[in-house]
Amino acid sequence: MNLGRLMAIIRKEVIQIRRDRATLGLVIGIPVMELLLFGYALNTVTDHISTVLVDESGTASSRAFASAFEHSTYFDVRMKVSDRESALAAIDRGAVRVALIIPPDFGDRVLAGRPTAAQMIVDGSDPAIAQTATFAGGLVAQTQSAFATVDVASRVVPVAQTRPAIDLRPVVLYNPQMLSVQAMIPALVGMVLQLQAVLLTALAIVRERERGTLEQLIVSPIRSSELMLGKTLPNIGLCLVSTVMALGIGRLLFGVQIQGSVLELLLLTLPFLFGSLGIGLGISVVAKNQSQALQMTMFTLLPSILLSGFLFAREGMPGFFQVLSLVIPMTHYLQILRGVILKGVGVSVLWPQALTLTVFAVVVLGASISRFQKSVE
Amino acid sequence: MTSETPAIQVRGLTKRFGDRVAVSDVSFEVNRGEVFAFLGPNGSGKSTTIRMLCGILQPTSGAGSVLGYDIATQPERIKEHIGYMSQRFSLYEDLTVRENLEFYAGIYDVPRAARAARVTELIAMAGLEGRERQIAAELSGGWKQRLALSCAIVHRPPLLFLDEPTAGVDPVSRREFWTMIHGLAATGVTVFATTHYLDEAEHAGRVGMIDAGVLKALATPEDFKAHFLNGLLYAVTCDRTMDALVALAAVPGVSDVSLYGESIHVLTDDLEATALSTPLDALGARDVVVSRIAPSLEDVFISLMKRR
Repeated sequence: MNLGRLMAIIRKEVIQIRRDRATLGLVIGIPVMELLLFGYALNTVTDHISTVLVDESGTASSRAFASAFEHSTYFDVRMKVSDRESALAAIDRGAVRVALIIPPDFGDRVLAGRPTAAQMIVDGSDPAIAQTATFAGGLVAQTQSAFATVDVASRVVPVAQTRPAIDLRPVVLYNPQMLSVQAMIPALVGMVLQLQAVLLTALAIVRERERGTLEQLIVSPIRSSELMLGKTLPNIGLCLVSTVMALGIGRLLFGVQIQGSVLELLLLTLPFLFGSLGIGLGISVVAKNQSQALQMTMFTLLPSILLSGFLFAREGMPGFFQVLSLVIPMTHYLQILRGVILKGVGVSVLWPQALTLTVFAVVVLGASISRFQKSVE
Repeated sequence: MTSETPAIQVRGLTKRFGDRVAVSDVSFEVNRGEVFAFLGPNGSGKSTTIRMLCGILQPTSGAGSVLGYDIATQPERIKEHIGYMSQRFSLYEDLTVRENLEFYAGIYDVPRAARAARVTELIAMAGLEGRERQIAAELSGGWKQRLALSCAIVHRPPLLFLDEPTAGVDPVSRREFWTMIHGLAATGVTVFATTHYLDEAEHAGRVGMIDAGVLKALATPEDFKAHFLNGLLYAVTCDRTMDALVALAAVPGVSDVSLYGESIHVLTDDLEATALSTPLDALGARDVVVSRIAPSLEDVFISLMKRR
């Protein structure tokens, strides 16, 4: 390793990055745009589901039942119609997702303390909404029936003799309001980091191959280790800058504060960063031109988005994909990000994830470096 | 390295890629201070040979040394002491003239104290004064070529490899380029160039003609013209060139006919001029002129290539 040659490469890379408006735009623009788009537009927690109400009972208890639905915040009664057919038509049109139908004898049966039923019709074309609707609807009905029982019972027998319903008091840690943006911002930081680390590295080398300058470097005394290090070090700097920037935007615009230590977060980020640089290097060995490199980068990004738990909880995946997701670095890095940023835990808790990422980085970087050395010979 | 050892010395150099033999049993020497050209068509093994000499491709068999370093075992030492310039003028187009030179000065470990002076000297040599801050992409082909050459010699290499250095450059720039090369050679730099331009090979002290991986002949351009063509060469012009071409090829004693613009070059075993004009008269061709000519390097080259 010759320091002079390494510095020559680094100096050249810095000049090129500074002059390359497109790359600079990529570095600054992508984090800003991704955070704004995903942060504002994406909401994986479904509530305020549009609902049509058919209240055929028209009694105090049926109105109480309907308003309990609304108060749950899961349902918004957008319209009231008089019959079942119009309600179904509204779902067909897509005007609402859910129809709540309260039968004519609802009020009487409640008053008489007899079992009673109401119907909820759910639009299943969006499974996430349908699932939330049935789940939330069941909960509302359960609590309401307890009230109804108590209501009726209190008139017949002394309150003391009724058995209290089980009172479950959930405490939601780390993100008490269950805002999806709280979970999304840390994940986006990881996405931005991966995209940039992979893309910048791949482009930096493929560009040299495309322009023939790599050939010139190969006949020079420079070692491939010097070349790779000289090309990746400035990129590591850039990636850390955009990570900090993404965290800053998360804090300023979305109020996502880092609960843990920033230093530990950056430390735990390094193995992920090196793994991503390794992927970028691997792409640069295979890709013939810059557009191929770009496509391959997008291809590596897809599993990270779909399988890592970024958008969809891994718990919901079939067993095979759960196992598969374990070999995706983002899966582990996401646990680190959410761990440090939301839970405020650090290295003492997250070391297994860091270790996994380190193993991944060593394997990928090792393979890429040896392939790279062969490709330049 | 002592001054007596040749700059380049190879014996039985061979490179196979799978079943294909790219370079086959090539042996030659290049003396110090010599301008040596490797002449051959595309895909003849020129670049493969240069890559083996530069230490970036291991030969399948055979041995060689460059500046006294073994090409198989000491490629890194070779790389430190040679300059290399390819037809692609591997410049960083988004860097300025001076930044390009400074970058290569760093890569070749030119001592920091001497760097600025060396860069200034090269800018002067390439005639790039006043353009130091210009982005390389904005330079014309000839300027780029001279800048690429300057980058290749930033560390004062005693041996310079030029792989088709003037491809795509206008004739005036080509001439200026070769003037620079001869200037370098005059200071003792050995130059090894590959080319498929015949006029370019005329600039060399010695020329090796390579075809299909085989070194066919090795001589000075003068020797090539004097000795490598067996027989007499004639230039023939008339008003029906294409018919004449066919007719002359059929004449007994004619070994080769080739078209050069309006005229036909006819290589004969030992024929008189009349032996060529008679069949053309019989054809009814008019304005027939047959004259004996001295062969150009191109005539020799074509003739050698056809004798595969």
